[in-house]
Amino acid sequence: MSKLVLEKLMGKLGDKVVETHSALGDDTAVIAPEAWHAAAKFLRDDPGLDFDLFVDLCGVDYPARENGRFEVVVHLYSTTKRHRVRLKARVGDQEGDGAEIDSISDVWVGANWLERETFDMMGIVFRGHPDLRRILMYPEFEGHPLRKDYPANQTQPLIPYRTEEEAGMILEKVAPFGGDEGMAFGRKWFEKGGPQSVGEWHEELGTPRGDSERTAGKNES
Amino acid sequence: MSATTTKVLEGSEQGFATTRLDALLGWARKYSLFNYPFVTACCGMEFMAVSSPRYDFARFGAEAPRFSPRQSDLLWVVGTISQRQAPILKRIYEQMMEPRWVMAFGTCASCGGFYDNYTTVPGIDKIIPCDVYVPGCPPRPEAVFDGLLLIQDKIASGVRKPSVVKPRQDPATDLVKINTQKSEKKKRAE
Repeated sequence: MSKLVLEKLMGKLGDKVVETHSALGDDTAVIAPEAWHAAAKFLRDDPGLDFDLFVDLCGVDYPARENGRFEVVVHLYSTTKRHRVRLKARVGDQEGDGAEIDSISDVWVGANWLERETFDMMGIVFRGHPDLRRILMYPEFEGHPLRKDYPANQTQPLIPYRTEEEAGMILEKVAPFGGDEGMAFGRKWFEKGGPQSVGEWHEELGTPRGDSERTAGKNES
Repeated sequence: MSATTTKVLEGSEQGFATTRLDALLGWARKYSLFNYPFVTACCGMEFMAVSSPRYDFARFGAEAPRFSPRQSDLLWVVGTISQRQAPILKRIYEQMMEPRWVMAFGTCASCGGFYDNYTTVPGIDKIIPCDVYVPGCPPRPEAVFDGLLLIQDKIASGVRKPSVVKPRQDPATDLVKINTQKSEKKKRAE
């Protein structure tokens, strides 16, 4: 695949393009958060790029990263030029604070609800969004459930559950597998009270605190 | 009194039958269930299959769907109940007239299924009483019939203890057995 899109983008934004790679023809550009809106506008309006189809927007949580813990990912497609690009921006610190980025819902209208979803699930704030409310969870919900530090078994019922005396039967469900299976940051640990800090969490997980995933298996262009 | 006798009346013959009032009411109720389908997820497809002509639960008297809880006897909770829907389901149940019955249709309604997470109610019995649980993801129409007949038995007998539909003998396993027996016979003959 051609790397025309990435070249044009780098020509326009210069060092605001933090890194690029195009593994197996998937062109990806990591953009500095402050250039996010400008990059979106350029990709849409440049006649040689003409990204007229907004495909997807989502958030990713990399809890091991010291800076830029969250990644906002956008997928774009051009129906006239038939090329694709993936944009990423890294926001937020390790505690999840400062996760803010400009909204691109004025560039592609379709981004509106997806930004709301990303805000709901990840807690990433989109500046300039016309109506940034929760879209899937109820307004009473506290926290952001797809953040990796949200306890896996924590629920927030809107109405109290029936007690076993009230029901006259056992309501406790037996898990099909052990309490700590499936997830390294699993339930047993959260039953003890959960992590007191992100650092404690990393000790428990045994993950390196560096940016191992940034360098591993990368096809730099 | 002697043992119960039954006699079919013919022609101009006259007679009478004795019963208990609650038994008569139970008998009448179990064949005239008005359904309230609370359909939230993919099990709804299977619910449509059960209600449409091929399986047709109207044969068991559970014909009329009522989309007002005030007119219905049987609440079918068909599909996953999220935390956000829980107050709505409870309200629907509270609006139903006594006597009322609840069927948990499918694994999600019964216990939350594999949705063991922040958004799903782990079984409707956490919120409202439930009479019959029909497991399956989704349950086969035959399993739903078992559940319906179970609930009819419960209505007739007046028992309100929750019960679960037992797994059935799968006809396919019999088929496999027959086929293996056949092939073994063939081998022996050779």
